[in-house]
Amino acid sequence: MPSITTDGLSVALGGVPILHGVDLDIGEGEWVNIIGPNGSGKTTLLRSLLGTIGYEGRIEIGGVVIDKPQDRARVLAYVPQSPVIPPGMYVVDYVMLGRTPHRGVFGRDTDTDVAVAIDVLNRLDLARFVEREVRSLSGGERQRVVLARALAQQADILLLDEPTTALDLGHQQDVLDLVDGLRRERGLTVIATLHDLTLAARYGDRIALLADGRIVVSGTPSEVLTAEVIAEHFGATVRIIDEPDGPVIVPATPDRSPR
Amino acid sequence: MAIEPTRLRAPALGAGFAALVVAVVAGLGVGPVGIAPRAVLYALVDAVPGLSADSGLSSIREAIVQEVRLPRVVLGLLVGATLSVSGAAYQGAFRNPLVDPYLLGVAAGAGLGATIAITQNLGDGSGLVDLVPLSAFAGALFAVVLSYGAGYIGGRSTASLVLAGVAVASFLTACQTYVLQANSDAFREVYSWILGRVATSGWSEPLLLLPYFVVAVAVMLRYRRALDILAVGDEEAQALGIDPRRVRIHVVVAASLGAAAAVSVSGLIGFVGIIVPHVVRLVFGTSYRVLIPLSILFGGAFMVLADLAARTLVEPAELPIGVVTAFLGAPFFVVVLRTSRREVW
Repeated sequence: MPSITTDGLSVALGGVPILHGVDLDIGEGEWVNIIGPNGSGKTTLLRSLLGTIGYEGRIEIGGVVIDKPQDRARVLAYVPQSPVIPPGMYVVDYVMLGRTPHRGVFGRDTDTDVAVAIDVLNRLDLARFVEREVRSLSGGERQRVVLARALAQQADILLLDEPTTALDLGHQQDVLDLVDGLRRERGLTVIATLHDLTLAARYGDRIALLADGRIVVSGTPSEVLTAEVIAEHFGATVRIIDEPDGPVIVPATPDRSPR
Repeated sequence: MAIEPTRLRAPALGAGFAALVVAVVAGLGVGPVGIAPRAVLYALVDAVPGLSADSGLSSIREAIVQEVRLPRVVLGLLVGATLSVSGAAYQGAFRNPLVDPYLLGVAAGAGLGATIAITQNLGDGSGLVDLVPLSAFAGALFAVVLSYGAGYIGGRSTASLVLAGVAVASFLTACQTYVLQANSDAFREVYSWILGRVATSGWSEPLLLLPYFVVAVAVMLRYRRALDILAVGDEEAQALGIDPRRVRIHVVVAASLGAAAAVSVSGLIGFVGIIVPHVVRLVFGTSYRVLIPLSILFGGAFMVLADLAARTLVEPAELPIGVVTAFLGAPFFVVVLRTSRREVW
């Protein structure tokens, strides 16, 4: 059962073509990382899946085309790269925003809404922060709060845009381990954009490389992450070290031996 | 674990109503003829059709409360509440703390409308109705339509709408200045209109404003949650399943209508739409679920007290209320800003 399928997905922003006929086929429960150099269209791809920008082509979610934003938000949750944290908003209220697709603009909080929020806050170890303002939290805590809001949507598909930017190594691992655990527990489908290629290789089932608005390679980490592919599309010189749990990408230092 | 989402709780609501009652009793009781709070309350009850209460006041004193001061206090309540709630809603819709209810040219348009009416002697009482407020209202709505039109041409973004509002306001202010210069004998009258007042000789002004007040307040209360969602920005709001543009246009139209009606009966009372919502934020938090209802209550109370100051500080003369709101409001705001530990923007 495909979770999300795109067929000839093309996007132009302000007359400039960004995506050219992207075909994706992501299965239920799969974790796919989208990698690609800056400006290759990763965020635009996520935005078109979210329906927040106009596109041509066809996007099917769970086998159907969804037009209504509210319906889409029930199956698709989004963790933006730089979320807007409103001043003075408490963690509990921020997480409750995730219930919006279930109650609409005018609905009140039901017991179910509160129960879901409690469950998510406990699962993400955020219960002690409920009465804190989101802005007063550290980067790692904040990222978990944003993730909590997305999980409160109870959507089957999680879209993560650079979820590890601005986090130190330990917190990067924490967040991705958390997503992986949740994926297994709740059967989530995860689509993430990532800059760190080693992390992209370590987490998830499949990598799709986006370059100039096209998916150029797609497959397992060791199929996609070769020194040639990275040199061609990232303009980087790297060495690939094959480890048992995935390839490690190391920048190759220029020759520094004394002349 | 007890988790409770933010909502308007009894103490905050109680504080709002207490402020309102204090303001109303003071507004009705204080003046050249002083009337005790207890008698004011009885006279108030007595003024409600179908109820009667013996205030123990002479009929002249009771008439002062019921017929002279009450319409004025009610008008102050309506104007203050409308301007405050419109300001709060505008700030939420545009996610900008400096935005006030006059953002889309309401003040400039109303000023032009009133100036034309005054200089053409439409408001001298010779007609059946006073045309100054109607002309001001038409001018205010014209300005909003113009701003929306110009903003739409400019790309429909929030920023282009704000810029269009600034351009329209400047343009209409220039027109107003021109009309006034060409009729300099009306200078004093126009100037006094612009500085604002909530004086009324009866119930016609409060009744004129009432329907717009009801619409503005009803729409804002209904959208208070939506404004909280809008706080995360358009893209995330959309990802949460709402249509931010739709929310924004409903809120802005209701707020503009309310502000236009308020300005048309009271003149250009400044500062209320900015100061009251910000004080409420600093004291009670930033959620629109709390801010919208409390802006209505505290806005009404603030305006009644400002009017009380306007008519008593330099008795028997009256200060323009726009002067009072800023003169008292600005220092008060600084004090609240200094004592509050909240980060609200």
